[in-house]
Amino acid sequence: MSGEVIVFTIISAMVLFGALGVVSTKNVGHATLYLLITLGSVAGIFILLLAEFLALVQILIYGGAITIVLLFALMLTRVDEFSSIKDAVQRPVAIVVSVLLLGVIITPFLQETLGGQSLTESNLRTLGHELFTKWLIPFEVASLVLLVALIGAIVVGRDD
Amino acid sequence: MTEDLALKYSAVILVTFIGILAIGMMLVANFLLAPKKKTLEKALPFECGIPASPFSWSQIHMRYYIFAILFLIFDVEAVFLLPWILVFMEPITMSPWVFYEMVFFIAILLFGIVYSWKKGMLKWK
Repeated sequence: MSGEVIVFTIISAMVLFGALGVVSTKNVGHATLYLLITLGSVAGIFILLLAEFLALVQILIYGGAITIVLLFALMLTRVDEFSSIKDAVQRPVAIVVSVLLLGVIITPFLQETLGGQSLTESNLRTLGHELFTKWLIPFEVASLVLLVALIGAIVVGRDD
Repeated sequence: MTEDLALKYSAVILVTFIGILAIGMMLVANFLLAPKKKTLEKALPFECGIPASPFSWSQIHMRYYIFAILFLIFDVEAVFLLPWILVFMEPITMSPWVFYEMVFFIAILLFGIVYSWKKGMLKWK
């Protein structure tokens, strides 16, 4: 067994541990912290796939910012209303949706043509080249999208 | 996986294990050395000296959420700075405009800060 397989097994176990924790715990605060384990471990999988930029995004944005915003959103709710997760009504729908999603994920693995080119080295510099020449307009549009999100949050969250 | 990358990230794995080990040792040492006598004062959660609030999960004010959203948006901006720095240092292969491309990106986001400033969202009232 090569080192890559060992590392992948450990990281996958951590991803699954966090994901199972999210859906099994009754406390929504704990569920968010379990989600942090999963998001951080997925960054490890991205590094194994030589996608360093995605790993960076995963840790900085998902692990850092999204989890914080989730916790803040939880603390905005009133504790007596949402002290534990009450989702018994949604359970049948959730089962159907998750089985469908599992089918979508498994289908590509059953098809033989999983082609695509595999990377041999990390490509952060290449990504920078492409981003600031070929994909410049989408990059600048991304800042507009962020601006819209910012102004939207301010309009929604104002006191008056 | 290339050998080079494995070598580079073996440091990350090492730091992770040392971190887990250090925290584990602290917990074990605490368990072994700490006096076990319990008092009511010791059972209180430590909240930097002020009396503890009645609930561990008090409702916070909306303005914290605005700051969290601001942090999230400028976090995304900071992530894009990293590939920019790598190509910014290569003026031969890149056009000289690459600097102004990022300035334009930040200028658009700066408008968001100016907007929230004008709306009084940054004021702690």
